[in-house]
Amino acid sequence: MTERSEGNEPQQPPERVRIDVAARRRVRVDRTLREIEEQTRVGEVLVQGLIRAQLSVALRLSAVVAVLLGGLPLLFAVAPSLSDVEVLGVRLPWLLLGVLAYPFLFTVAWVHVRQAERNEQDLTDFVDST
Amino acid sequence: MDSPFALPAIVLVTVVTLAIGAYGVRFARTTSDFLVASRTVSPGWNASAISGEYLSAASFLGVAGLVMKYGADVLWYPVGFTAGYLAMLLYVAAPLRRSGAFTLPDFAEARLGSRRLRLLCAGFVVLIGWLYLVPQLQGAGLTLGTVTGAPYWLGAIVVGVVVTANVATGGMRSITFVQAFQYWLKLTALAVPAFFLLLVWRAGGTDSLTADEVPVFPTETMVDIQVDVSVNVVEPVSLVADGVIDGTAVDGPLSWAPGRHDIAQGAVLTFPAGAPVPHADQLDTLDNATWGTPLSTGGGHPEFPLFATYSLILATFLGTMGLPHVLVRFYTNPDGRAARRTTLLVLGLLGVFYLFPTVYGALGRLYTPQLLLTGQTDAAVLLLPGAAIGGVGGQLLGALVAAGAFAAFLSTSSGLLVSVAGVLSTDVVGRGSVAAFRRAAAVAGIVPLGLALQVVSLDVSVVVGLAFAVAASTFCPLLVLGIWWRGLTDAGAAAGLLAGGLLSTGAVLITVLGGARGGWLGVLLAQPAALTVPVAFLVMVVVSRLTAARVPVDVGRIMVVLHAPESLGVHRRAG
Repeated sequence: MTERSEGNEPQQPPERVRIDVAARRRVRVDRTLREIEEQTRVGEVLVQGLIRAQLSVALRLSAVVAVLLGGLPLLFAVAPSLSDVEVLGVRLPWLLLGVLAYPFLFTVAWVHVRQAERNEQDLTDFVDST
Repeated sequence: MDSPFALPAIVLVTVVTLAIGAYGVRFARTTSDFLVASRTVSPGWNASAISGEYLSAASFLGVAGLVMKYGADVLWYPVGFTAGYLAMLLYVAAPLRRSGAFTLPDFAEARLGSRRLRLLCAGFVVLIGWLYLVPQLQGAGLTLGTVTGAPYWLGAIVVGVVVTANVATGGMRSITFVQAFQYWLKLTALAVPAFFLLLVWRAGGTDSLTADEVPVFPTETMVDIQVDVSVNVVEPVSLVADGVIDGTAVDGPLSWAPGRHDIAQGAVLTFPAGAPVPHADQLDTLDNATWGTPLSTGGGHPEFPLFATYSLILATFLGTMGLPHVLVRFYTNPDGRAARRTTLLVLGLLGVFYLFPTVYGALGRLYTPQLLLTGQTDAAVLLLPGAAIGGVGGQLLGALVAAGAFAAFLSTSSGLLVSVAGVLSTDVVGRGSVAAFRRAAAVAGIVPLGLALQVVSLDVSVVVGLAFAVAASTFCPLLVLGIWWRGLTDAGAAAGLLAGGLLSTGAVLITVLGGARGGWLGVLLAQPAALTVPVAFLVMVVVSRLTAARVPVDVGRIMVVLHAPESLGVHRRAG
C-alpha cells in the first residue's frame, strides 16, 4: 500500500507487515540478480550450498525407498513364508504392493516437497538477512 | 462382449474429446500457447492432465492383463509406473522447469551448448515417442474389434486421425483440458465397474483367489478363436469343438488328453462349467496359490524372477522421467515450486488409479479365464463387466470401460504426438512456427499409424515396458547428471546416450522380432534396464572425465538458474 520500510514499526498491523515483505523482496531480487549476473563468487557459492542440500534430501529419501520398497523382492526371496501371511483376508505381498506402496510413495514425495521448499526458504532468508 | 452401448460410448468420448479440444483452440494463438500452454496451467489442472496423459493402454488394459497372467510379480509394473514420478520429483521436476527450456533437446543444448547433442536428443525423443505410439494405436484397433467386431485397422485409424487433427489444430493448451478430463473419465471407468465386480464376487461367496487349484470355467463357456493358438492341456478336459483342431476338421464332442493342441483361427470351443482351463502355449499353467506368490513367475521369466523383478523396477522407476510426453508437461508449470506440487499431486492421482487394475486382473481368473486359453488377457478389463455381472447393467458397465480404454488411447497418443511434433517442428523442420507445428503433427501422426497398420502382433505391455527401458537408458542419465553434476560434457552425454540407447534399442528390436526368449540372454533382452542403465551412466561419467576440458565455461551460472528458487529473480531473463 505504502512505501516499503526496512525498520519494523511495532504499531503496524500484521497485514501491512506482509506487504512490506513483498516490497522488500523486489529490492532483494534486483540485488541478487545483479550479483548473479556479475558472476560473483558469492552468488554461486550460495547456490552451491543449496544444490548440496537438495541433493542430500533426494539421496536420503531415495535410500528410504530403496530399502523399504526395493528391499521387498529380496525379503520375499529370503523369507518365502511371509507370502502366506494374510492380513484382512489379503496375502501380504498383495497388500504391500497392491495397496500400501501408493500411500508410502505419496508420503515420501510429501516429505520431499516440504524439505526442498524449506531449503529454498533458508537460502531466501539468508539472502534477505545479508 | 456384445454390448450395444459400447460403440455409442466410444463415439461420445471421441466427440467430447474433440469438443473440449475445440474449446481450447480459442486460447491457442501463439507458438508458446501451442507448445507449453504459455506456462500458466495450475498444479491441479496440470496434475490431472499429466495423469490423464500418462495412463495409457498399458495401464488401463495391460496391467490387469499382466496380473491375470503372471500374478504377484507384475504388481511392480503399476508400482514402478507411479514411483517413476517420485524419482522425477526428487531429481528432475523443479530444476527442469527452471531450466526454462521448451523441450528436452532444448534442455540438452542449454545445459551443454552443443547443437549436435541437441539433434541426437531430438532423434531419441522421436524414437521413444513413436515406439510408444504404435502400441496405443494397436490397442485402439483391438479394443474396437473386441467390443464391436469392427476390423482392426478401423480403430487404429480413428484414434490416429482424431488425435492428429486435434493436436494439429489446438496444440497443447487444448490438450491440457482434454487430458485433465480424461484422467477423471479413466478413473471412473475403472473404479465404478470394479466396485460392482467386487460386490458380485462377495455375493457369489467370495471364491478364493489363491487356492491350490488352476482356474476353471465358471459356467459353460463358448470361446471364439480369433487368432491361431496352441494350448497346453495339463488335466484331461472334455469339450465341444467346431473348427480345425490339430489339423483336422472337427464338429462335435472332443476329449483332450494332457499335451499340446493346435487350434486354428475361426474355431469355436465350448467347455462345460468346472472344466480346468487349458492355457495358451506361451503361458505356464499356474495354480492360483503359485500365481499369488511373489517370485514365482518373474513376469514371464520364471528362471530368473529376482533379476527380472529388479530390472523391471529399474526401468520403470527411472524410465518415467525420460518419456518425452511426460517431460514436456513440466514446462507448463508457472515455476519450479509449482512443478514440485504438481508432481506430488500426480503421485496421489496415480496411486488411486492403480488400485483398480489389480482387481480386474485377479477377478479375471475367476470370471474370464478363457483369456488364459486365447492368451489375449489384455481384454480382461473390457470383458469382465459383461461376464461377471451380465444383463443390461453389465452391458452398461462394459460400455463404460470401453469408453475409458478409448480415453486412454486418445490421451496418451495426444501427449506423445505433441512432444514428437514439438521436437520435429523446432529441431528438424522449420523454426517453431505454428504452421511448422501443424505440419510436424501430421508427419508425427502418420508414421506410427502406418507402422501400426503393418505390425499387428506386437504385445502392448511388452513394447511399453521396452519403451521405458530405452527412456531409462538415455534421458534419465542425461537429466540426472545434467542437473546435479557440473562435470558433464557434451561428448560424455552423447557417448552415454548412444551407449544406453543403442544397447536398449537393440534389445527392443531383438525381443520384438521374436529373437532369444529363454535363458540369461532372453531375460536380459526382455528386461535390459538392469544392464543398460548402469552402462549409460558409467559411459557418461567416464567420457565426461576424459573430456573435462569441454565442460561449459558458464556451468556455474547454469547451475544457479537450475536450482535457485524463482524468488531470487535469476529466471527473469531465462524464463
